[in-house]
Amino acid sequence: MSNAVSALQGASFEGFVTVREIGPLGMISLRAKADVTGLEAAFAALGLTLPAHRQMTGTTDKGAGWMSPDEYLILVPYAEVASALASLGQSLEGQHHLAVDVSDARAIFRIEGAKAGQVVQKLGPIDVARLGPNELRRSRAAQVAAAIWVEGEGYTLVCFRSVAAYVMGILKASAANGAELG
Amino acid sequence: MLILECPCCGVMADETELSPGGEAHLKRFGPGSTDQEFEAYMFARKNPKGVHFERWRHAYGCGKWFLAARCTATLEVFGTYPAQVGAPPQDLQDKIKAKRPEWKGFQ
Ligand SMILES: [Zn+2]
Repeated sequence: MSNAVSALQGASFEGFVTVREIGPLGMISLRAKADVTGLEAAFAALGLTLPAHRQMTGTTDKGAGWMSPDEYLILVPYAEVASALASLGQSLEGQHHLAVDVSDARAIFRIEGAKAGQVVQKLGPIDVARLGPNELRRSRAAQVAAAIWVEGEGYTLVCFRSVAAYVMGILKASAANGAELG
Repeated sequence: MLILECPCCGVMADETELSPGGEAHLKRFGPGSTDQEFEAYMFARKNPKGVHFERWRHAYGCGKWFLAARCTATLEVFGTYPAQVGAPPQDLQDKIKAKRPEWKGFQ
């Protein structure tokens, strides 16, 4: 079997903030409505907390995010995806849901530094100053869909793997030295 | 810039996050309908100057469809509401009527 690699194999860029592609990271898309029986227990069985409306729980390495009224993003170490899927299948057996491994369909970036918010602000309509500490915001990064949340001194951005190089390009342009706001 | 509050996720979404879906509350005429009914369903749209009800999709956000009431002349947004209704909520209709007394009402 071939080795799993992230889309850009850990590319990074140093500007007035640091941009890093991270991963591979285990990502599961769980489609289920919030009132599905046993949903909280299913998250608990993975060591996770069911995120509330537009919220994120845990961390980028192991966490969960609210993506829409019937979709969650579950983040686990890459090697634990199969067992997490099995656990979800067991917890939610008989309940209307769908859990799919999307680890290799996505790319994930960290944008870090004191002015990291500026880099995110320039890419789309998100009002970065009003992002809550555990808020997951789905929006666009220039021309492509992205999900963004605050973590530590920086932001995590998830996008489709097919546009990883494009997103790295716009992040580099946004983070270039001399491109600071104000 | 048009900004609509998505009733499905609560985000104040600007139009670059949204996809337009045309007129809301269309009644579908499918198999068994007359040619005139089907043609009207396919092509005839109100296209008013003033109060209008529209479908929008929060395409770059939660991905859900919702409905919005706004004025096509001033771009004033009266409100947004879930798509799973046959007519605009009464309180929204009342609010629009108060702001636009000349509005003939939803029909
Ligand atoms: Zn939404």
